Amino acid sequence: MTDRYDVIVIGAGHNGLVCAALLAKAGKKTLVLEANEQVGGAAVTREFAEGYSVSSAAHLLYQLQPTVVKDLGLKVDMAADKLATVALGPDGNHVVIRGNDVSGVSDEDKASYRDFHRRMTRFADLLNTFFNKTAPRLSKEASRSDMLTLAQLGFDVRRLGRKEMQEFLRLIGMNIRDEVVERFASGLLRGAISLDATLGTHLGPRSPNTIFTYLYRLAGNHGALSLPNGGMSGVSEALAHIARDNGVVVRTGMKVSRVMVENGRVAGVETDSGESFASHLVVSNADPKATIMQLVGVKQVETGFTRRIHNIRMRGNAAKLHLALDGLPTISGIEKRHFGDRFLVAPDDAYVERAFNHAKYGETSAKPVFEITFPSFRDTSLAPTGKHVMSAIVQYVPYELRAGWSDAARDDFMKLAIETLGAYMPDLDQRIQASELLTPVDIEEQFHITGGHWHHGELALDQFLFTRPVGGAHQYAMPLDGLYLCGAGTHPGGGVSGGAGRNAARAILKREKAV
Amino acid sequence: MTIFEVEQGRLRSPFYPRQVEIDRLNLWHNWKGYSSADGFYDTGLEYFAVRNSTGVFDISPMTKYRVSGPDSLDFVDRLVTRDMRKIKPGRVAYAVWCDDDGQVIDDGTIFHLSEGVYRICSQEHHMSWFKAAAIGMDVTIVDETEDVCGLAVQGPTSFSVLKNMGLDGIENLRPFGLTTFDFEGAELMVSRTGFTGDLGYEVWISPDKALALWDALFAAGKLFGIRAIGTHALDHSRIEAGFIQAYVDFLPAHATVRPGRSRSPLELGLEWLVDFKKANFNGRRALAEEKRKGSNWRLVKLDIEGNKEAHNSYIYPRKSGGKECGFITSAVWSPVCKQNVALGTVRAPYGNVGDKLYVEIYYQREMHWSKVIAEATVVDKPFWDPPRKRATPPEPY
Repeated sequence: MTDRYDVIVIGAGHNGLVCAALLAKAGKKTLVLEANEQVGGAAVTREFAEGYSVSSAAHLLYQLQPTVVKDLGLKVDMAADKLATVALGPDGNHVVIRGNDVSGVSDEDKASYRDFHRRMTRFADLLNTFFNKTAPRLSKEASRSDMLTLAQLGFDVRRLGRKEMQEFLRLIGMNIRDEVVERFASGLLRGAISLDATLGTHLGPRSPNTIFTYLYRLAGNHGALSLPNGGMSGVSEALAHIARDNGVVVRTGMKVSRVMVENGRVAGVETDSGESFASHLVVSNADPKATIMQLVGVKQVETGFTRRIHNIRMRGNAAKLHLALDGLPTISGIEKRHFGDRFLVAPDDAYVERAFNHAKYGETSAKPVFEITFPSFRDTSLAPTGKHVMSAIVQYVPYELRAGWSDAARDDFMKLAIETLGAYMPDLDQRIQASELLTPVDIEEQFHITGGHWHHGELALDQFLFTRPVGGAHQYAMPLDGLYLCGAGTHPGGGVSGGAGRNAARAILKREKAV
Repeated sequence: MTIFEVEQGRLRSPFYPRQVEIDRLNLWHNWKGYSSADGFYDTGLEYFAVRNSTGVFDISPMTKYRVSGPDSLDFVDRLVTRDMRKIKPGRVAYAVWCDDDGQVIDDGTIFHLSEGVYRICSQEHHMSWFKAAAIGMDVTIVDETEDVCGLAVQGPTSFSVLKNMGLDGIENLRPFGLTTFDFEGAELMVSRTGFTGDLGYEVWISPDKALALWDALFAAGKLFGIRAIGTHALDHSRIEAGFIQAYVDFLPAHATVRPGRSRSPLELGLEWLVDFKKANFNGRRALAEEKRKGSNWRLVKLDIEGNKEAHNSYIYPRKSGGKECGFITSAVWSPVCKQNVALGTVRAPYGNVGDKLYVEIYYQREMHWSKVIAEATVVDKPFWDPPRKRATPPEPY
């Protein structure tokens, strides 16, 4: 006996939940099937050692689209927001960034940062308009709304004014290193911005379009950092709650093994336990590669499309380090009350670039870069009383390790990472009760993301807007009737933003109405 | 010091040593890297050999890919527009393959050599496209262009030539069938295929037996009027047969830049090759859409009045001229049909069978140009289509 739904969403990642909630809100009988036991995809909180929990993949909220919050009436309970960023100096002299203000640098750097921040947020606002729209078609099939979106893009760029438009066009394809070196004398400031521009990508500060990735980070909320109560599951559970309130059936522990196709049209899905669900609309929150190559199968789609999907660049490069600590470590020059902030280990832009060099050749960084939080400092639910957890993103850790990934390779790298942190937190080692390192391979396995890449596809100008996930399939509809994508692999991209899920829901409703 | 000489320039077919012996014209062109003769002694006589006795054309430069592996049937079936499940081992299929937009990349013949093993023969190179088509499939694709050489043996006496060569049972070979024989310890594959629209065969063998095969064939054919022919005679014959050629009658989709310059199989008159009953194949969605909306172009066979060959002419819907509706891509005076024939492309809705169109033919007389507007009738059937082409067993001479 198969159940019939108007729409089946594969994956209860945040985008899947946003999409499902909006579809249900429009009256569609919607089912969400999630492979893992928890909803949230890569935005989840898990216990990694007895009594210690942490956001397993994404660990800070900064990109959630205000449009998503508004459309769904989403209320996320925050443990903290507007976190400051502390770029750690090995000598205890740190640089602190808070909004457009930097301390610990010269007056020139301070003024220059204010100018930089103003310009970047302005450009990010421009981009964000388009992150909330379906990317237009450029072909002869372009509709009126496609033409309007394109015209608006051109108009918005022009409206920046002559000088700013030139700056925008100059910067958009450029690398972040050239800009920070030109602007700032402080290595720590250069390093911090370089890290923010490359976090979660297979890019170094000297790689092209890393200014674009920096702008991407600022889109929506100007990069303001928040820490949800209960970790990232706080966001995901809130979304799931809204979805259920709208009538969505969310079932976890249901891994979809294939999308059923009949006569060139989607007919439903089958789970690996053999259950099948019928629907003429299937929306995949999985990444484009997994969706097409595994769930649908190349035999159901055409060669040109298969090749484009196959060639999407998505090699993850970020690992997640989780430490259970019996107390906060000592950081020279940081008072205990500031442990709620975000700490970066990226002493200058060259350090970040050198860390990336290894990844190009399939090696892990000898001196990795880190983005560190102590979420238990603000949210006591995450660790036993008096104890703490540390959550850090560690780069660069290539998905394709030349020597191959093994338990030993993972342990070696974790040791190196902890040693590297030792320079900043001398007593860290003694405080560790338990630890966990998730390599991109682990992330792929546990969160079902091809290549373990957060963004479901490298965030680059050639995989953006009209060409995300691939040219000709960028309006959420795949070239198989009834199949849609709604995940980070589609426009606008990754990060816990909900933008893709919202855009997809709107595109699906519009298209299905037209059919 | 030793200076090594590296052989450069055009490749030579394994039959080249015999071809230079008979060559009097020294007219060679480049066919996908190989030297291929336009003609050997008289292109007109070579043409008449195809139509009246037997012409032998060297098809060794033809691009050949061998496809095998568990997914080989799925691979070829998704690749081409026709239903490959119907092509059993020992059969050959003429097929076209399209891109996702339903535009023709190339046409060719697919030989089902044995269960799950195919050879795809085409004019163009396709490894890049085939590799893409193999993503996610368990198939092996090998370019065996240099490992297999072949001769097209075409014409009314071709059956007798092969029979006389000792190929017992060749009489049972039906059109688009293939079979193998022992030839001096090597496998000789014979298929009843060709590009002349007449009774004819293609014989395929390993290059080290090439010269022995040539000698045996010409010895057997001596009293049957066997002649080596070049591209000129072949081209002449294929136009009479109504066969289209890449880069002449259509541009391969991968070679076009401007939108609208490529063609779909429907536009090339190859709708009979498109099987919409298949669940999926490259170009299916686009072609179904085109079928619903109507095509932009139509390839037509034209029977033109007079005897002036209509090379590169514009086609008009009215005798008085006005805006043209298409152009001629291949034209020839057919001695065997006593007809002035051509292949052309016209814009929809022109070009229905029986329509009268007008062709603007320019010709020169002692340097001076003249023009004639000739009436042309759109015909359905090939200009040259003798019953012996289909007869099994074929009639001996």
